[in-house]
Amino acid sequence: MKNPCRKILAGVLATAMVLVGSAVQAKSLTLCWAAWDPANALVELSKDFTKQSGIEMKFEFVPWTSYADRFLNELNSHSKLCDLIIGDSQWVGGAAENGHYVKLNDFFDKNGIKMSDFAAPTVVGYSEWPKNTPNYWALPAMGDAVGWTYRKDWFGRPELRAEFKTKYGHDLAPPTNWDEFLQVAKFFQNRVIDGKKVYGAYIFTERGSEGITMGVTNVMYDYGFEYENPKKPYELNGFVNSPGAVKGLEIYKQIFDCCTAPGMTNAYMSEGLDAFKSGQVAMQMNWFAFFPGLYKAMGPDKIGFFVNPAGPAGHFTQLGGQGLSVVSYSDNRAEALQYMKWFAQPAVQKKWWSLGGYSCLNAVLNDPSFPASAPFAADFLASMNMVKDFWAEPIYATLLLDMQKRIHDYVVANKGTAQDALNGLTKDWTRDFKDAGK
Amino acid sequence: MAAVSTATAARPSQATRSGGISDRGIAWLFITPTILLLLAINIFPLIWTVRMSLTNYKANMGWMKYRFVGIDNYVDILTDPDIWDAMQTTARFVFWSITLEVLLGFGLALLINRKFRGHSFWTTVILLPMMLSPAVVGNFWTFLFQPQSGLFNYVVSFFTGIDPASFQMIGDVKLAPWSIVLVDVWMWTPYVMLICLAGLRSIPDYIYEAAEVDRASAWRRFWSITLPMVMPFLMLAVLFRGIENFKMFDMVNLLTNGGPGSLTETVSITLKRAAFEKWQTGWSSALAIILFLTVFGAANIYIKVLNSVKRR
Repeated sequence: MKNPCRKILAGVLATAMVLVGSAVQAKSLTLCWAAWDPANALVELSKDFTKQSGIEMKFEFVPWTSYADRFLNELNSHSKLCDLIIGDSQWVGGAAENGHYVKLNDFFDKNGIKMSDFAAPTVVGYSEWPKNTPNYWALPAMGDAVGWTYRKDWFGRPELRAEFKTKYGHDLAPPTNWDEFLQVAKFFQNRVIDGKKVYGAYIFTERGSEGITMGVTNVMYDYGFEYENPKKPYELNGFVNSPGAVKGLEIYKQIFDCCTAPGMTNAYMSEGLDAFKSGQVAMQMNWFAFFPGLYKAMGPDKIGFFVNPAGPAGHFTQLGGQGLSVVSYSDNRAEALQYMKWFAQPAVQKKWWSLGGYSCLNAVLNDPSFPASAPFAADFLASMNMVKDFWAEPIYATLLLDMQKRIHDYVVANKGTAQDALNGLTKDWTRDFKDAGK
Repeated sequence: MAAVSTATAARPSQATRSGGISDRGIAWLFITPTILLLLAINIFPLIWTVRMSLTNYKANMGWMKYRFVGIDNYVDILTDPDIWDAMQTTARFVFWSITLEVLLGFGLALLINRKFRGHSFWTTVILLPMMLSPAVVGNFWTFLFQPQSGLFNYVVSFFTGIDPASFQMIGDVKLAPWSIVLVDVWMWTPYVMLICLAGLRSIPDYIYEAAEVDRASAWRRFWSITLPMVMPFLMLAVLFRGIENFKMFDMVNLLTNGGPGSLTETVSITLKRAAFEKWQTGWSSALAIILFLTVFGAANIYIKVLNSVKRR
């Protein structure tokens, strides 16, 4: 290195290499979601995006039990951890009003992404805030709803079918309403099958996050529960605690008391999967998102699927699922939007479904081959057309905690009556909305 | 040297040193860091909490404006039936755990106070539970209480013949409160025993010898000598355990998390839920102040009673 020009040239080259290197390194995106089977499918799917764009995908998946706490804290602290987030449907109000998500209307218009191409309930549930207005904060990414699995092999046993028919006067089959559900659940409760005591049904009872609320609403909607006066927003009295809502809550408690396995007092998704896989229960409530994995694990002879039963006031089911949003604090907004544009393509959506994710794109759902594409596909389609969701208000977490407490106190801890529980809930929610200035 | 010594001896109350700092100055120099630390980690947070308790502040939305709401939070808490439920749950837990710990701890202390073979070994064995971390104990007992695989149900089944899968300790409405009491008693009875043992060892032998000369029965010796002389120690144990159990959080959180429903929701669990799940920072600050005043007031009254017992 005797020549000073060489030294300068080497220095310039080294600096340039560092700069180029860091620029290349910056081409990566972090996507945040819950740790579950569909997340693994998304990792697989996203490899195609990396191949096409050269942008590396990183993932931050956390267990469901801490999913909301963790990511809402990240958003509230304006963290740059997540460039993209697949956030729960209830978060959209808070995330929109507090500026956590990027508003996507202009981006959708510019790139020809039409919300009419997606299933209407998923657009309302995952993307819109305020609800039923064309203000979009997420792309419907993972459709989901509560559905049911049943032990196909037990339901098919001739001796059990004959006994059931003698007792109830109709065939032993997946129930279509809550009266039938109770009959089937009672029929299997404490029955010995293959030398093992089994139980009627598995339902959500978890207290800590959202479990019992996501379970009880499936019955309460069918009996007439409404979150508010449909004609006068935030008027709760007489809707949250209506006679129908009270009856629905009583039915849920009846199922819990008569037909669940001992110890299921604080159980949610994974406990249900374990109970069903181990042959403990005849029918299991759970999210459709788990059904591909469950079907794979149990095989076609043992597992069957059915939609949430109907009630006297209608036929509904609880909406799950999430939308894909761009976090407004991200330094990689352009790349994040690029990922969203790629994800919205029909070919990618089709592959998403084939890998185990639940696409919300009409082109996939309305394809004539869709209902037969998986044993649970037709039920999923039917369920997505009858979904209702919990509040998506910015204060949804407070509303949810109140409902968790009131419902768990009544159903599991035998505290008071169903009417007391829902009157208390009405009072809590009225206070919460008042505090929030609504 | 002699001159210096004489000079120093002649002025013993002199307040200045050769460096120019007075004794009082040196004293302040030494205690100022401690006072500053105390102010920073105790007094300032307390004042800040009082201030927060008069607002509707939410810590998870720190960027949003909050407003002063006066004593609304205090009124809301004191008129909330759920808070009174949690207070009652806490009171029942404190009452039953302390009652059992005192009875068993005192009984064990009476036994351990005697000389027998393996005395030291058994004392160590009895003291083991209190040496464990509450988090470890909570997790450990959660596994023991599992209805299908937990050892506890099988032990009960072995002695009673009840089907081990037919009952559950932490999920059952009737048994859940007792499961917490049971674990607390298991862990902290040795602590009460240790304090009682100190009390028993402090009773001079000559008092018992005098009682024997007077032909006092064992029962009479217990009521007239042992119990009154151990009483201040017992009361001290009750004070320590009372304060600890009033703010009990870790074990309840791990064992039942306040469930089923809110049946075992002690007031500390309520506070945690309001502060870190609902993020009602203002409201939970008010609840924390109320709890602080309750413990502070009750402990003061109790210490006065304790002192009067000691004087007797």
